Amino acid sequence: MIKAVLARIKQGHRTMAYPKKPLPLPERFRGYPELKGSLCPADCRLCADACPVGAIGCDKGLSVDLGKCLFCAECSAACPHGAISYSGDHSLAANRREDLVIREGEERRLARALDKKMLSIFGRSLKFRSVVAGGCGACEADSNVLSTIGWDLGRFGLQFVASPRHADALWVTGPVTENMREALLLTYQAIPAPKLVIACGACAINGGPFIGSSEVHDGVDGLIPVDLYIPGCPPHPLTILDGLLRLLDRLE
Amino acid sequence: MTPSMVFTQNGGTLSLREIPQHAPDRFAQALFSALSGGWRVVSYFGVQADDGVRLYCLLSFKSHATIGVMSTLVTGKSFYSLTDEAPQLHLFEREIAEQFSLSLEGHPWPKPVRFAPALGSLPGVTPHRPPTIGIMDFYRVEGDEVHEVAVGPVHAGIIEPGHFRFQCFGEEVMHLEVSLGYQHRGVERMMQGRPGERMRKLAETMAGDTTIGHGTAYAMIVEALTSTAPPARAQAVRGIALELERLANHTGDLGAISGDVGYLPTASFCGRIRGDFLNMTAGICGSRFGRDLVVPGGVAFDLSADGASQLADRIRTARDEVTNAIDLLWDTPSVLARLEGTGVVSEQTALELGLVGPAARASGLNRDIRRDHPFGIYSMSQIPVETGKTGDVYARTMVRWLEMEKSLDFIEEQLAQLPGGATRRAVGEVSAECLAVALTEGWRGEVCHVALTDARGAFSRYKVTDPSFHNWSGLAMALRGGQISDFPLCNKSFNLSYCGVDL
Repeated sequence: MIKAVLARIKQGHRTMAYPKKPLPLPERFRGYPELKGSLCPADCRLCADACPVGAIGCDKGLSVDLGKCLFCAECSAACPHGAISYSGDHSLAANRREDLVIREGEERRLARALDKKMLSIFGRSLKFRSVVAGGCGACEADSNVLSTIGWDLGRFGLQFVASPRHADALWVTGPVTENMREALLLTYQAIPAPKLVIACGACAINGGPFIGSSEVHDGVDGLIPVDLYIPGCPPHPLTILDGLLRLLDRLE
Repeated sequence: MTPSMVFTQNGGTLSLREIPQHAPDRFAQALFSALSGGWRVVSYFGVQADDGVRLYCLLSFKSHATIGVMSTLVTGKSFYSLTDEAPQLHLFEREIAEQFSLSLEGHPWPKPVRFAPALGSLPGVTPHRPPTIGIMDFYRVEGDEVHEVAVGPVHAGIIEPGHFRFQCFGEEVMHLEVSLGYQHRGVERMMQGRPGERMRKLAETMAGDTTIGHGTAYAMIVEALTSTAPPARAQAVRGIALELERLANHTGDLGAISGDVGYLPTASFCGRIRGDFLNMTAGICGSRFGRDLVVPGGVAFDLSADGASQLADRIRTARDEVTNAIDLLWDTPSVLARLEGTGVVSEQTALELGLVGPAARASGLNRDIRRDHPFGIYSMSQIPVETGKTGDVYARTMVRWLEMEKSLDFIEEQLAQLPGGATRRAVGEVSAECLAVALTEGWRGEVCHVALTDARGAFSRYKVTDPSFHNWSGLAMALRGGQISDFPLCNKSFNLSYCGVDL
């Protein structure tokens, strides 16, 4: 017992100060892309051709679909003109699928807060039931991280629960494989209304690296409506938390 | 008489024409005699051919770091199972049957693996339609006081989906049947065509927690097929990243095992320290899982002098903190009592089932690709292999901890003597009509990638064996005679990948 107490003292208090203070991210972290379409020569498609999942559009000016983007930065590497670069900005989540497509000069459309009535229901306590619908396990790992002492999701009234009957929201990761479709829909039905749906990661938004496979549904929003899209492959825990706090109007 | 096998080594290639093709009888005979001579199956898979389905078997002989390859051709609608004599083939054969619409004669357990559409079939035969997921003939025990417990695919935590059926007599588990396939994404089907960025991303996400393990295997395949030797500095960075991946996952597992026995101090400390290891990987390449670090020809990010010394500092701190957290486990008799004797897999069972990684080593099998078939930096710098004897949860926990200590030493050693020079070489043209094989020791165990190329140098077949593929049946055996309440603990001590199997 005494050893456990000493260890507790040694290991200390580790819950991060975020959102009161910013959390430093590694220098090479790839977040919100910065576009400089004016640098693009006519008919140049180098970045679009380099993208393994077709996240880049060149036809009506340069655009990046954050819902598809794997943040591999192959586009920046392929572009000799420096038209695309990835900033260290972790804020990426949005409410609508189309808001994830970004273009130069357009206003950022980050996730907005729920309406007043929904905020009065979920604003201080929101419970998630996770369904892993395919994928690679990385989104799951970084969703789990939020419940560890460093992030301590519970301090925001957010929690992952074991039953859909105890949940307010469905937390979907994975591209929705054909073999998980039914289990996903049954879990959704089992959550009492009103309910929210969160698509966490590139797979759940649009199929991720598995986009176009005959065995997956390329994301959840073709099957059930989504209230919050969190881009990334996988999203950094900070990107996830940022999206949730925006949805609940907890970010200044 | 043709020799029974043709030989290569880890990261080597063979011309498809060199590979001996035997009649089914001779194939079985050659395989049995190899297995009794100390060889072990690392991969066994089917390939669509004009005149049938060609089966390739790759075997490892560890003391000579040799990989042997042989093949046979199935021309009828069925093939005869060799599982009774060679239990390590059991899941490979079920997979071949499912992927090529063949029936399997004499197999003790002929069931679907992924409930997936076929990859191919015999000429003139319509491929089988996949059965509905979860609908199959589960092993069943009948009698008074016997009951069945069904769990999944949706579990209580944030866990990948799988389905488990327990046959119980009172509290005692007589048998556990594991049914997977829920995460099936069609990865092997998508891995056909020209190697490129898309393939690399698919390799990294075969099992996301083994991004470096699978990513390195993919890179080694492309390097083998293009005769590219990555620079020494890149090999060192790959090794550091692979050991960081092992450290992060082992730390998480040790924490999860503590949590499952209700010992919360180690569980909470490890939950956080695992994140520290992930953040060290992110320090190298920006991604906590090591995405986009390993590329064919080397690594995409260099470790600066500053970066290396910062990483060394972080490793020192993490070693101090994780040792402090794990020591609590070994000092707490109630924890040890719960781990000892729970979920025993005997050495004999582990050997017959062909277990790999820490699960195999905990049962006393001395196998580790880093030493037996050294690749990259491990050819220059060895890591001692840790084994246990008891094959229980305690041994699987202890082996993990001993491996962590060795990984920490290894990283410190590498950081102190990083070779200079470039980190990446350009890769050239892919050789046509070749077979390439790459093995890495991921944190769960042996990761095996095999690629066959066509006349244009595109992948005509890409076969992946995640360590979990070998080990899921080990978990089933661990539960025999245990209680259902042992399941979470046994499950954590194996911590197998669902997606790595479901591909």
